[in-house]
Amino acid sequence: MKQKNYKGWLYLLPAIVFLGIFMVYPLIDVIIYSFEEGYSFVTQTSNGTGLYNFRYVLHDTYFVQALRNTFIIVIITVPVSTGLALLISLALSSIKPLRNAFQTIYFLPYVTNTLAVGLVFMVLFKKTEYTDGMVNLLIHLFGGKTVDFIDGPYWAKMFVMCLYTVWIVLPFKILILTSALASVKEDYYKAARVDGTRPFRIFYKITLPMISPMIFYLVITGFIGAFKAYSDEVALFGTDLNSAGMNTMVGYIYDMLYGNSGGYPSFASAAALILFAVVFTITCINLMVSRNKIHY
Amino acid sequence: MKIRLEHLTKRFPNRNKKIKEDVIAASDLTFEIPDGKLIGLLGPSGCGKSTTLNLISGLETPTEGRIFFGDNDVTDVPPENRGVGLVFQNYALYPHLTVEDNIAFPLGNLRGKDKLTKEQMHERALNAAKLVQIDMLMERKPNELSGGQQQRVAIARALVKMPSVLLLDEPLSNLDARLRLQTREELSRIQHETGITTIFVTHDQEEAMSISDMIVVMKEGVIHQIGKPQEVYDHPDNLFVAKFLGTPPINVFEGEMKDGKVYIGDEAVLDIESRETKKVYVGIRPEGFIPTGDGALTAKLNKIEVMGRDTSIVAEHPAFLGTTIRAIVPSEDVEGISGETVRFNLKPKKVHLFDFETEKAINETGTEA
Repeated sequence: MKQKNYKGWLYLLPAIVFLGIFMVYPLIDVIIYSFEEGYSFVTQTSNGTGLYNFRYVLHDTYFVQALRNTFIIVIITVPVSTGLALLISLALSSIKPLRNAFQTIYFLPYVTNTLAVGLVFMVLFKKTEYTDGMVNLLIHLFGGKTVDFIDGPYWAKMFVMCLYTVWIVLPFKILILTSALASVKEDYYKAARVDGTRPFRIFYKITLPMISPMIFYLVITGFIGAFKAYSDEVALFGTDLNSAGMNTMVGYIYDMLYGNSGGYPSFASAAALILFAVVFTITCINLMVSRNKIHY
Repeated sequence: MKIRLEHLTKRFPNRNKKIKEDVIAASDLTFEIPDGKLIGLLGPSGCGKSTTLNLISGLETPTEGRIFFGDNDVTDVPPENRGVGLVFQNYALYPHLTVEDNIAFPLGNLRGKDKLTKEQMHERALNAAKLVQIDMLMERKPNELSGGQQQRVAIARALVKMPSVLLLDEPLSNLDARLRLQTREELSRIQHETGITTIFVTHDQEEAMSISDMIVVMKEGVIHQIGKPQEVYDHPDNLFVAKFLGTPPINVFEGEMKDGKVYIGDEAVLDIESRETKKVYVGIRPEGFIPTGDGALTAKLNKIEVMGRDTSIVAEHPAFLGTTIRAIVPSEDVEGISGETVRFNLKPKKVHLFDFETEKAINETGTEA
């Protein structure tokens, strides 16, 4: 018995060592930093312990701005992208000709580099000396006024941001949902048809419950992903997100660590812990709400 | 409800696109199913019996031909308006709904003046559940039920709408042997209690024979014989039907009709009236052999298998088509059989002759040679 135990631990050793060095140790370090006031990497010293870091971060207008941006992105993009992906998947699975072609097209954004996609969005939305961007050309066509989407009003920037996020997460969700829809057995639909079930009831009573685990998975990972948004913002608005007013929580943490203002690991750690608390809470709420609605 | 099929044909485009010819799943089916009977659609797999069932249910539309329920032509009526209950081979129970919700599901589709209240739905579901004896399992989910119970739920769901026709696709194939016996009697009981015209598809001839009022034997989309199980067994129209019905299967020999006798090899085994001379297949049911010391047919004895009530004699013969002859005889008749050879007399009623070219039955009642 004992020997078997040794063997088990031995097999686990590589994973444990790596996880320990690269996950557990930094995690503990972050927690320690967040309570050490004014810790400096250079001197390896701090001037006291306490909750000052948290107090500072929560009162920092840039952090509040980042928190608000993150929440707006999460609340808009997760439901919209999931709903849209479901609609597109349903459409895809109900057509036969060209289904594969469409599936490939919808999947393209997933394999495209974020920064390259950012460039495309620039062409669409960026106002330069030579052109107002393609979207503005369209707006002109319908008699509207030029909107500066990249350097203009907050709502315009947020609109582009959300559009971008939805577009970038859509392919993966469509991929998951089309395969989920395909896995629902044809017999269920046949049985429902013989019983004269109307399409909406079939969708609501059969399709939706059957793919509910997948939808739930997408919502959870969608929430977590959106809370961790950062690179997409950089792709659209550049690295100085604070002055663009489009910073996110991860962006704020990054800025605190390395950015122009640079070198405040304690504040960064505190902000990271706050982000963790938020994501954790939301995920728990998700799990509780969905417990009775998901049919595995 | 009486069901009549007229020249029903269903062709599918070939899946292999290089082959232009369509696959014919059902070919020119014409038959009538009397009201309130239990019908078995019987045939080997791929014979088009499930397609026929789907055509009757309306899930498939025929390429040609008409379907009548009573006097109404329902060929172009969508499945939900035909009043059919369909039980799928794998039951197709909704896994996320309880037994009660599964059974009541079809009732929730009713609209307008037919719309039911929650209480009415519950009552109807309960009645259907009682009929198949699962009313104590109403709160369970399908995955908490045994195969037999799931089967009953599926039947209850098909019956709850009070259909005029009940269709079952391989209803017993997913059950183990014991449960299959039990369930097929159950099926027969439910059918008698409700009096609903019931058609079930099976590849198991024993299943079909045991409970059907009438069987339809199909092969490659074509109907080979229709009739009462015993009649079809006793008077098969062709070699295929004779071979398909009965376990152990019929023993088929190459033989010859000559001078009012039937010959297998050099031995005259049966006297017949016809004096025609031609090659024939001689089919002998396993129970058609009488082992006697001076029997007309001599075969090489392989072994004797004791099965209790009956004994099975396994033998070989050069004119036999297949590997071994199997004769089922009462155990007390076997005494004294030993050695290299065994000799049989044949029961004329258990011997069937088929034309060597067309494989059609030759109507000759022979007498013992």
